[in-house]
Amino acid sequence: MNETDLHFFIDSTVNYFEEVTGEQAITGIPYLKGKEPVVLDYSGIIGISGKRKGCVYITTTSEMLKSLANIILNDHQATIETVKDLTGEIANTISGNVREAYGSSFMISVPVVVEGRAKDIRLPEHVQTFVIPITWKEYKSFLVVCLE
Amino acid sequence: MQEKFKILIIDDSVTIRQAIEKNLSNFPLEVVGMAGDGKTALELFRNTQPDVVTLDITMPELDGITVLEEMMKIKKDVKVMVITALKDKATGLRAIQIGAKSYLVKPFTSEKLKAAFSRMMGIN
Repeated sequence: MNETDLHFFIDSTVNYFEEVTGEQAITGIPYLKGKEPVVLDYSGIIGISGKRKGCVYITTTSEMLKSLANIILNDHQATIETVKDLTGEIANTISGNVREAYGSSFMISVPVVVEGRAKDIRLPEHVQTFVIPITWKEYKSFLVVCLE
Repeated sequence: MQEKFKILIIDDSVTIRQAIEKNLSNFPLEVVGMAGDGKTALELFRNTQPDVVTLDITMPELDGITVLEEMMKIKKDVKVMVITALKDKATGLRAIQIGAKSYLVKPFTSEKLKAAFSRMMGIN
């Protein structure tokens, strides 16, 4: 994975928030993931296969997801099911949009959603994993990209 | 009385299904079903024979391209709008070649969805 790869994911993330909410998300400086867990309330994980292999996940807070659900559905009291579903959909959209750069050989799985901060998300150990901090409104989240 | 078109909404995200239904609520449509996976989508398609379909591609059980191919064998004149995160030309072209009338990339705004839907349906 190189800087160009990271830019594809950053652009896709910024575009997601801008299109859906009309407000820009600010991405922080990406860093290499260490042993510390990068897990917030909900994480949406996408497996990558084809020419590139690995996984991408977004991890975020319940508050941010409720705020997004309010914008998308005008739903002020989003249920846990909606919040979980939205986590997977964000991961799917960000990953699917980068096919603009990689083409159709960049295969994405359906999302898997993990709830809770207790454990880290298990990633391939031999591959460098980058963490991209995201701030939208007052909410923090992280996009984690692990690609061979 | 204005004719209502039967619509089937297919997406593995319940949030997106609700958003599509809500955003298209001012069109003359009757929602005859919603599906979150390709297999259920095809069953519903056979049973309800919709006039219009919104179709996701990345789904469990059967992907949207396979579903689209099957739908075209069953009802060739159905109007299908593919709504997907897959932003690559090859997939868009493939969907149109199989028979989709429109290809909208997520994330979509309410305005983009309504405009694309209007164009597909020939509604001003």
